Amino acid sequence: MARTLRFHVFRYNPQDPASTPHMDAYVLDETESMTLYIALTRIREEQDPSLMFDFCCRAGVCGSCAMVINGRPGLGCHTKTADLPERITLLPLPFFKLVGDLGVDTGTWFREMYTRVESWIHTEKQFDPASEEERMDNETAEQIYELDRCIECGCCVAACGTARMREDFLGAAGLNRLARFMIDPRDQRSDKEYFDVVGNDQGIFGCMGLLACEDVCPKHLPLQDQLGYMRRKMAMNALTRILPWKK
Amino acid sequence: MQTIFTDGLCIGAGLAGERAALEMAEAGFEVICLSLVPARRSHSVAAQGGMQAALGNCAMGEGDCPDVHFEDTVKGSDWGCDQEVARTFVDTAPVEMRRLAHWGVPWNRVVPGPKTYYKGGKAFEKVEAEEKSGLINARAFGGTAKWRTCFASDGTGHAVLYTMDNRAAQLGVTVVDRTEAIALIHDGENCLGAIVRCLRTGELVTYLARATMIATGGFGRIYRNSTNAVINDGGGCIIAQDTGLVPLGNMEAVQFHPTGIVPSDILVTEGCRGDGGTLLDKDQQRFMHEYEPEKAELASRDVVSRWMTHHMRQGKGVQSPYGEHLWLDIRHLGEEHIRTKLREVDEICQSFLGVDPVDSLIAVRPTQHYSMGGVRTDGTGAAYGLKGLFSAGEACCWDMHGFNRLGGNSLAETVVAGGIVGKTMAEFLAGCEVSFPTATIRDIEKREQERMDGLLSNVGGDGEDAFQVREAMFDVLDYAAGIYRNGTDLERGVAELQEIHQRSLNVSLKSNGLGANPEIALALKLPGMVRLALSVTYGALMRTESRGSHTREDHPERNDRDWLNRTLAYWKPGAELPLLEYEPASPSMAIPPGDRGYGGGKIISADEPKPSE
Ligand SMILES: Cc1cc2nc3c(=O)[nH]c(=O)nc-3n(C[C@H](O)[C@H](O)[C@H](O)COP(=O)(O)OP(=O)(O)OC[C@H]3O[C@@H](n4cnc5c(N)ncnc54)[C@H](O)[C@@H]3O)c2cc1C
Ligand code: SF4
Ligand code: SF4
Ligand code: FES
Repeated sequence: MARTLRFHVFRYNPQDPASTPHMDAYVLDETESMTLYIALTRIREEQDPSLMFDFCCRAGVCGSCAMVINGRPGLGCHTKTADLPERITLLPLPFFKLVGDLGVDTGTWFREMYTRVESWIHTEKQFDPASEEERMDNETAEQIYELDRCIECGCCVAACGTARMREDFLGAAGLNRLARFMIDPRDQRSDKEYFDVVGNDQGIFGCMGLLACEDVCPKHLPLQDQLGYMRRKMAMNALTRILPWKK
Repeated sequence: MQTIFTDGLCIGAGLAGERAALEMAEAGFEVICLSLVPARRSHSVAAQGGMQAALGNCAMGEGDCPDVHFEDTVKGSDWGCDQEVARTFVDTAPVEMRRLAHWGVPWNRVVPGPKTYYKGGKAFEKVEAEEKSGLINARAFGGTAKWRTCFASDGTGHAVLYTMDNRAAQLGVTVVDRTEAIALIHDGENCLGAIVRCLRTGELVTYLARATMIATGGFGRIYRNSTNAVINDGGGCIIAQDTGLVPLGNMEAVQFHPTGIVPSDILVTEGCRGDGGTLLDKDQQRFMHEYEPEKAELASRDVVSRWMTHHMRQGKGVQSPYGEHLWLDIRHLGEEHIRTKLREVDEICQSFLGVDPVDSLIAVRPTQHYSMGGVRTDGTGAAYGLKGLFSAGEACCWDMHGFNRLGGNSLAETVVAGGIVGKTMAEFLAGCEVSFPTATIRDIEKREQERMDGLLSNVGGDGEDAFQVREAMFDVLDYAAGIYRNGTDLERGVAELQEIHQRSLNVSLKSNGLGANPEIALALKLPGMVRLALSVTYGALMRTESRGSHTREDHPERNDRDWLNRTLAYWKPGAELPLLEYEPASPSMAIPPGDRGYGGGKIISADEPKPSE
């Protein structure tokens, strides 16, 4: 039996002086295999061409379309209406700067994050086009890939209590990013250098460990493990600074 | 209007744009990349399968070398490619893969010992060599003689784009996201930058650059059903063609992927078939081996897509509310393989279709996938028609793909061509002085501002609805310029698109068009999109042969006598149709035209005499 869906969507266009934040309602007949991407696109094309939202890959891989869906951060393209009740409330992700309606500026935040954690391989080695690639254990490669899968959607940051209190918090995504480089043998940064990036309240010591982040991560990244690993490692590091005889 | 100066301007921050930007940045030039979305959300991120490079490390790639890769590429292109470009590409690809490894891509590596693999649903064994342990591994992909597709699990595009953007951040390349180039600035001879619309504020900004590059990716979204990201609507090709000076090459060469899922058109990777997935019809019977006994499901994409369409026309398709489709079956690969090696596919099925591929079939049909055509450049990446303009990646017709690109060859092209063209641009920058004629620039700024103001001042007017005009364009491309084409439909399609073009020039906004408003963004590019559609359809009408992905029912033979060439589509100011010119497909033919060994079809050879008129 086809349902009639009722959408309540946050609206505000910061570039329009006449616009004030409010909710608009739209009614749509549900179709088979409908996702929020299909629904919102239809609303835009058939009912309201001013509706702003960000879809790009519409396949859950680019991280553009995070929004708060009935109270929970998630990817719009990755959410089937069949899994939702008839009444669907959509809000933009909190924490990030609003671009318009459901669109937020996650890009700027993430770029700042990856500049701060210097999200690249630090090495003295020069690339030599004439020689064979350096060998790597396949298992190591797969472990790196596992942490590399973050799509920078911002769900974890939007759900994080610490991020809400401190704007400069690196968030689970930032900490996970650094963990990705810590396990990469090509990255020659020392523990101390990693510590300088995350061994503080903007980093791992700001995290309260409530794990809202892992709960909402659409890529199911093992954030809990990474945060725990990082905390232990950084605590050890802090300790060695106080107790220099501890190795 | 705000004006920003830079040495190099890359319109596009996908793999091709950023790779080129890195080359310029490393040479010490200031580079800005523009992008509709944050760089990492560019469509390159969605490529799951992998990149071809003849490293020959894995057991099934033994004996591989650039020569074999070259032969596959030329055959794949149905002899439509520039063979000198294809040669450069295959020679450079292995080095680029290693460079990516150095920059941080977590390529899968060779694990020595015996392994099971599947072909056509049957299990086989291979043994990986001890001495290759830890080198970059490869998997099978359609249309290749060897396993040479390098991969990072099944998020190759993601892993490579993130690495590339990391490197861009490291070298201080500026990426300005949520911006859209809507016109090139040129003086009739030199390209001088672009007029760019900010997608946050809606304001126009002038970017002046000594060297400008178009790396805007594919234009699949002129079709209704496409595997491409929704932002892939051809902006870069539009602004190049709008100059009236820069031609688009081979626009009629459009590739359809055999396995877009129904209904959402999301692609499931060719890796599925490479790993042994099979195609089934409504009776749950395999059929590809009947049409292609040798390669079966692994024949090149154009061939598989065509046979699938053919098979559905034989009444073998599965009926559904979203139209006909076939099945992809990967159940026999086993849960572990599906959950790990094909994880993204698993996720796609579960999240977007609500089925589990471990025990269910996947609904698929051929879907628009890749644009072989684009901004025509020479082998160094310099665009025809304007000095200081360059192009690379899917937006470009460089042209190593001819009439059909092989899976895994385009992601590899983005980094190979990006590197080569970036180097060309760095050399150009080192040797050039450019003067910026202010009056010319002001005229172009004024023209674009007026175009925008025209829409803004007529909100609620009685013009056309932008979305409806786009629907009309979709309809035409569907019946005229899909997998099978014929003269009658193409002729009708061209005529209808000409009308639709007029309608697209007369759009009225329904909403106020302020800030990030999506309606005005569409209205601004719609006429250009229809011109691209016309370039595809008109080019397809004139090309009275079948080559690669271009299949004419009324001209089923490949005609090397009359059509061993590349279409160049110009759009002269005020014209109603593109102006078509032709150039030889390749300056030289290291491999003379012959049989591809798959796809069947007759060939009219170059020395066959013309029928007397
Ligand atoms: C689903 C899918 C899977 C694929 N898998 C594979 C694969 O496994 N192997 C393979 O070889 N190939 C694959 N391909 C093809 C390959 O991914 C693309 O050809 C390639 O990534 C294109 O890269 P690019 O850098 O040219 O463009 P893109 O990555 O698309 O980047 C285009 C850039 O241009 C920007 N842009 C566009 N228009 C404008 C404008 N007007 N102004 C400013 N910026 C603009 C965009 O924001 C973006 O940054 C796949 C394609 C699809 C659709
Ligand atoms: S566990 Fe840490 S990072 Fe995750 S939500 Fe809680 S405070 Fe934020
Ligand atoms: S860690 Fe998960 S939730 Fe956070 S940004 Fe990455 S993908 Fe999104
Ligand atoms: S649109 Fe790309 S993740 Fe949703």
